[in-house]
Amino acid sequence: MAAKSSLKNMALCLTAVCLICAAILGVVYIVTEQPIADAAAAEAQASIAKVLPEGGAISEEKTCDAEGIGGYYIQTSGDGIVTAYAVKSTTGGFGGPVTLMVGVLPDGTVFNTSVLSHSETPGLGAKCTEEGSSFREQWKGFKGNLAVKKDGGDVDAITASTITSRAYTKAVAQAVALVNGLAGTDTKEE
Amino acid sequence: MANKLSLITKGLLKENPTFVLVLGMCPTLATTTSAMNGLEMGLATMFVLILSNIVISLIAPVVPDKVHIPVYIVVIATFVTVLQLLMQAFTPDVYKTLGLFIPLIVVNCIILGRAEAFANKNGVLDSALDGIGIGLGFTLSLTVIGIVREILGSGAIFGWKFISGDGILAFVMAPGAFLVLGYLMVLFNKIAKK
Repeated sequence: MAAKSSLKNMALCLTAVCLICAAILGVVYIVTEQPIADAAAAEAQASIAKVLPEGGAISEEKTCDAEGIGGYYIQTSGDGIVTAYAVKSTTGGFGGPVTLMVGVLPDGTVFNTSVLSHSETPGLGAKCTEEGSSFREQWKGFKGNLAVKKDGGDVDAITASTITSRAYTKAVAQAVALVNGLAGTDTKEE
Repeated sequence: MANKLSLITKGLLKENPTFVLVLGMCPTLATTTSAMNGLEMGLATMFVLILSNIVISLIAPVVPDKVHIPVYIVVIATFVTVLQLLMQAFTPDVYKTLGLFIPLIVVNCIILGRAEAFANKNGVLDSALDGIGIGLGFTLSLTVIGIVREILGSGAIFGWKFISGDGILAFVMAPGAFLVLGYLMVLFNKIAKK
């Protein structure tokens, strides 16, 4: 420990260290900017593809101001007929927001769902992310009363995780409601 | 030579950051829900620890005493941000699981602790070796805790499930982290004393 703690020394040292660190961060940011954007785009694409029927072209992200909807994508077949919608839908779960990607057919049938982000309890609510579980499988081709059975609907809740199941169901319901609103108007012009 | 080697091995046993120094408990308890998570967190911390030890040992002689903590924190925060950007770009899945705990490496006591206790009094090579040793010790401890919690909590090891069905839920959640840490600490100190 050498340098004297005079005001000049301290100011110089801090300024120099901050400048160098800022420069390093700037370079790393520029280098990683593109890969980060690519990774995010690839992830979004993968989650969309997972919840939609195979084939068909997927549109750019569209925005709308319905509550809890983060944006949606329209899938069209070769001759321009809308075959499905992928909707990003968010609701409040037990531990924080739950964001789903929901694939919905134009008639309001759920095609498939996937979890984009959540902070539910591991081992309880987090089971909603398990592919192939009975809770997740029931959504494939789901058409019915979008509420958990406890609330008089048709959805089987995850054991001991009613709040998460309700949030999941509500997110799906938001997506279906959006599609029901869209399906009447968009089918022809898209 | 034996002296240099002991710099590395002391991090594993005599000065093991988790079981002996009991530093960095926040990521230790929070990220060890599975063996893989523990391993990844340990490696991420080791990356920052080695680089910050090297840089701090280099700049220590010219840093005035009164501002050494802010300077060290800026250096550590820079490396953590670099790590964060690199992980987001090249290992987005790992970044997603560890998430919040990567930026929290900045305030990990192990890193500032090693800077204060070791790197600012020793040369570059010794500091780098100290970073490797303590980093390995931390990684090893986190992985072991992760393995125990994953076996008991989900009947799996490194994601390979050997018991079908659910494990003991408590071990995936916070109470299990404290229990496993406590028992491993007893075991570790018993063995290390011999």
